[in-house]
Amino acid sequence: MNVLVYLVPLAIGLGALGLAGFLWAMKTGQFDDLDGAAWRAISDDDLPDAEDKNKK
Amino acid sequence: MTETQDLSHFVRFPAEGVAAMDLVVEGVHCGACITTIEKGLARESGVRGARVNLASKRVTVEWSEGELRPEAIIDRLSSLGYPAYPFAAAKLDNVEAAEERRLLRCFGVAAFGAMNVMLISVALWSGAADATGWATRDFFHWLSALVVLPCVGYAGRPFFESATRALRQFSFNMDVPITIGVTLALAMSVVQTLQHARETYFDSAIMLVLFLLAGRYLDQRMRRRTRDVASNLAAIKAETATKLNADGEARETPIAAISPGDLVLARAGDRIAVDGIVEDGRSEIDQSLVTGETAAISVGPGAMVYAGTLNLAGALRIRVSKAAEGTLLDEVNHLLERAIEQRSSYVRLADRASRLYTPVVHLTALATFIGWTLLGLSWQPALVIAITVLIITCPCALGLAVPAVQVVAASAMFRHGVMLNSGDSLERLADVDTIVFDKTGTLTLPQPSLANRDDFTPEELALASSLALASKHPLAKAVAAAAKAADPLAAHEFPGQGVTVFHEGKRLKLGSPAYCKAEAEAARVAAQWPDASLIAFRGPERAVVFAIRQAPRPDAATVIAGLAHEGYAIEILSGDRQEAVEKVAHELGFTRFAAGLKPADKIARLKALREAGRHVLMVGDGLNDAPALAAANVSISPISAAHLTQAQADAVFLGERLTPIAEALHIARKAKALMIENLWLSAIYNLIAVPIAILGLATPLIAALAMSGSSLLVTGNALRARKAKARA
Repeated sequence: MNVLVYLVPLAIGLGALGLAGFLWAMKTGQFDDLDGAAWRAISDDDLPDAEDKNKK
Repeated sequence: MTETQDLSHFVRFPAEGVAAMDLVVEGVHCGACITTIEKGLARESGVRGARVNLASKRVTVEWSEGELRPEAIIDRLSSLGYPAYPFAAAKLDNVEAAEERRLLRCFGVAAFGAMNVMLISVALWSGAADATGWATRDFFHWLSALVVLPCVGYAGRPFFESATRALRQFSFNMDVPITIGVTLALAMSVVQTLQHARETYFDSAIMLVLFLLAGRYLDQRMRRRTRDVASNLAAIKAETATKLNADGEARETPIAAISPGDLVLARAGDRIAVDGIVEDGRSEIDQSLVTGETAAISVGPGAMVYAGTLNLAGALRIRVSKAAEGTLLDEVNHLLERAIEQRSSYVRLADRASRLYTPVVHLTALATFIGWTLLGLSWQPALVIAITVLIITCPCALGLAVPAVQVVAASAMFRHGVMLNSGDSLERLADVDTIVFDKTGTLTLPQPSLANRDDFTPEELALASSLALASKHPLAKAVAAAAKAADPLAAHEFPGQGVTVFHEGKRLKLGSPAYCKAEAEAARVAAQWPDASLIAFRGPERAVVFAIRQAPRPDAATVIAGLAHEGYAIEILSGDRQEAVEKVAHELGFTRFAAGLKPADKIARLKALREAGRHVLMVGDGLNDAPALAAANVSISPISAAHLTQAQADAVFLGERLTPIAEALHIARKAKALMIENLWLSAIYNLIAVPIAILGLATPLIAALAMSGSSLLVTGNALRARKAKARA
């Protein structure tokens, strides 16, 4: 059962990491606009502008 | 005299050399809009970045200070096809947003705690510790304590604070049993751990907090979205005043940016936006909104004028003594608010239930403890059983039964364009059996329209509307809107009579029939359009009279018929003329109506109805309806109404149609039925669970399962509030 000495802190540590990530996401406003975020995921803003594309 | 908007009030400076502004944008609804706006703004030189918030329909723009005029951003947005309005968040908005973030943070912490503790608890339940002895079990218990105590300490604060507040005022709310239950459970668990006992209740405590926080967060989010829409509307129809700068330049300035000592201009027909002293000009003032006095009073230099009053006749220059806050209008608002507080003798269902329920829960738990002790059990196991009773009963029954329905119903109403202002309005709506409508602006559309188009030539109408543009009189505005005239004539306004101009060698007049010497024609038109208001025009050849009518809302007849069919008693109480009211009443199928009422008469009628045991819903929008709205059991206003009534009503609805009112009533009734159903469900659950708990047969696992099971049942039932049917 000595393995618990490593595993339990590891489990809690991973959980804490998740919590830290959640709090960070909140602090940087990522929960402020969930509707917009859903659309941004499929927007093409990482591509060059539409006009540029036509030129190519 | 140039007129531009003063936007400096809205500009923030988040960093050195960076300026930023928030704007409410109309017509944003999908991802394409986000891209169009953000890219479109980014092309503007000087703009550092733009970010659209789709949920709140707002955009935040940042630019390098001095490189761009804020007006350019609004221009750019409107050229992209999105009308935009500057927005400054009210203090209350920020408070609500902060509360929402706090609940979400607490929820995150509670979820973290719950997940880790459940990991440990499942291991314990599955017998992991039995095989390895008490040392391992103690280790697990200490770990649980280590995780749960700080988590509950942090995440439970919304409940603890609310409970402390309630107890300080010697009252009970739902947070009191929650707080007691959680605190006792944790204290007990620590003692148990110290004594190497088999069971602890850390997991139950954190799960309880987690479930409750989920409900609170959803509720808060719903409320904030409603508030967002309301503040957006406020920004779109932002109140401004015409501020005169030292050099005589007039600028439309938001009220919030006007300070005492400024000079503002109020034209004829303007609603005065500030409290102040007249420096220059003579006019008549309608103070009915503020004082209830309907007769106009005349004012001149040195006279005091108040915000919310209507300038009827001439232009006034006013030295501001109070703007934005502290005006007489504000004080009247506060008075009305207090009146509402006193009115709400209505006890919410949840409160009624908890008033009945809370003492019972506490007494049962106490009795269980005493009972088991008397039966010879030592105090620790007895207390464990008592806590189990407390936990198994309190959260699900009341924590979710009513609020869950409220959240679902509020969002269903929101989809139909109805927004609730006060928390208990849902239940009060459900009890309504009598509906009283105001006529003007409620049954009819707020914008009047021209009725007798056939009485005159298009040329006459075009000329009249160009002239009408020079006037601020509401009837003149209706004439102007009828022909969509482009260029106003440089007319001279005779306050209270009309406007006049020399045009192509002829004198043109627009105003009262007497002013235009068109009394005979006016009498003829009045006979033909008994319910209309009249405005006369003396044209190049002859005098014509326009009949201005208020059209009923497009679906008014259907909605009224529907409501009558559902068994509601309906009637009209209007301050308008008998003929006008009678016409609308017949058109829409009302059998009971009263016309020519003063606000006091309306209140008396509403009182009489209430004393007869009726539950009255008042639907009204007129400014002088504010007291009447407060006198009814519950009230709804169209949101196009002036902001005073908006804040005044229990609910507001959007758009041109009346259907939202019927929908709101359906949803409210369904919601109330579901609330009662939910309370019964939890009562039955308790009837089964409590005896088990009292007998000491409930283990933590059973308690946890029962708790989540009943929560799911109640929440699932609440979701049915989405689909409300009309009463047959």
